[in-house]
Amino acid sequence: MTTRDRILEILAAQALMDPADLRMESRPEDMGLDSLALVESIFALEEAFDIAIPFNAQDPAVSGLDISTIGAVVAAVEGLVAQRG
Amino acid sequence: MKRVVITGAGTVNPLGHDVAQTYAALAAGRSAIGPINLAGIERLDVKIGAQVTGWQGEFEKTDLVWMDPFAQFAVTAARQAMAQAGLGKMPQAGVILGSAGGGLQTVDDNYRAVYAMGKNRVHPFTVPRLMASAGASLIARDLELQGPSYTVASACSSSNHAIGQAFAMIRAGAVPVMLAGGSDAMLCFGGIKAWEGLRVLSQTACRPFSKGRDGMVMGEGAAVFVLEDRDHALARGATVLAEIAGCSMTADAEDMVQPSVNGAVRAMRLALQDAGMAADEVGYINAHGTGTHANDKCEASAISQVFQNDVLVSSTKSLHGHLIGGAGAVELVACLLALQQGVIAPTAGYLAADPDCAINLVTQTKTATVAAVLSNSFAFGGLNAVLALRRG
Repeated sequence: MTTRDRILEILAAQALMDPADLRMESRPEDMGLDSLALVESIFALEEAFDIAIPFNAQDPAVSGLDISTIGAVVAAVEGLVAQRG
Repeated sequence: MKRVVITGAGTVNPLGHDVAQTYAALAAGRSAIGPINLAGIERLDVKIGAQVTGWQGEFEKTDLVWMDPFAQFAVTAARQAMAQAGLGKMPQAGVILGSAGGGLQTVDDNYRAVYAMGKNRVHPFTVPRLMASAGASLIARDLELQGPSYTVASACSSSNHAIGQAFAMIRAGAVPVMLAGGSDAMLCFGGIKAWEGLRVLSQTACRPFSKGRDGMVMGEGAAVFVLEDRDHALARGATVLAEIAGCSMTADAEDMVQPSVNGAVRAMRLALQDAGMAADEVGYINAHGTGTHANDKCEASAISQVFQNDVLVSSTKSLHGHLIGGAGAVELVACLLALQQGVIAPTAGYLAADPDCAINLVTQTKTATVAAVLSNSFAFGGLNAVLALRRG
């Protein structure tokens, strides 16, 4: 399974959706993922890839992490995984 | 129904080691939040908090073996409260203590010993040290109280539930004197790590109701009060610090962590109703005001719905941190300062107005004659307890 597929699988599980139904342009809130669901998703992503994802549930805008869309989350996590080596 | 007054107060918290020191720090708006020092800090993202520093409890070595820090804070606060009340021996009195974590540092230390260090043996008193009710037991033992005694846990509302429960017992005439308050000591590696997981801790400062706030800051400590049947207190010529006029206890029955505007509105209204208090009688609200985005927006909205006037509001968590199960008790000290001396402790860390928090927030120490106050506690899990007090 590719990194991308794994990320989608984790996000889909949190949103109670089929990974095939995820769209890169979807926003987390459109999938019913509120800030706490995102905290859980990010924990799952950190555990899956052994990375640290900067995310402030208080004010996601200041986290330095673009989580505006599913595509942005995938890109950010792929980048962190690549940095990890 | 009996009327219930407070005739003694004691505290050990990050602002001071007794009520006088705490009053001085509250009045000066001096925040105790800063860099913390504890084992394993290098593995924590959050490196700030409000610690009790420069303090050592006066205990025999043979007593200390039973005492997690949360219990040491609680017993010391209870001794101060009893000394101020001047009751002497009061065997019919009991103690209800609020605590969310109980002996969490004992749990943390012993898990480290058996899991991380691979030890196969723990101290024989590990259970009596870590049990949540240890604080109540040790206060009862220390002050020879033989009445109804136990611990209540409702996360960040534990103190107000404890005080409300003792208030109800005295009001019903079940017992003339009770000690009540709360204590927690979660500033240890495991305690902070657990909170970090929720990503609601600030790494910079506690800025309740302010624009730019980014979370809560943890504290530690205790406050304990002597609650007394007013007739009993007046008959012996006791000094009354304040009257507890009413209390509400409610459950949102909604989300486990997201606060509820309706829940907060209902809790405040029921406290006013229980106290027979009109909303415009209230001159000051010590808000739950954690400094999280969600709580403060929600609480401000609820306050605006219940109070049409410009009631003064502050969150002293910006000064002493969030004491979790000890929060409401230490915040009651700030309420006593407002009622007794007309000094409103400020909300520190304020940067700029948040349009979502349209309340009359006190950001500099203010002098005001206050006839009545509310003290809000809205806990994770949706459990709320609000106290309503009048000048004694």
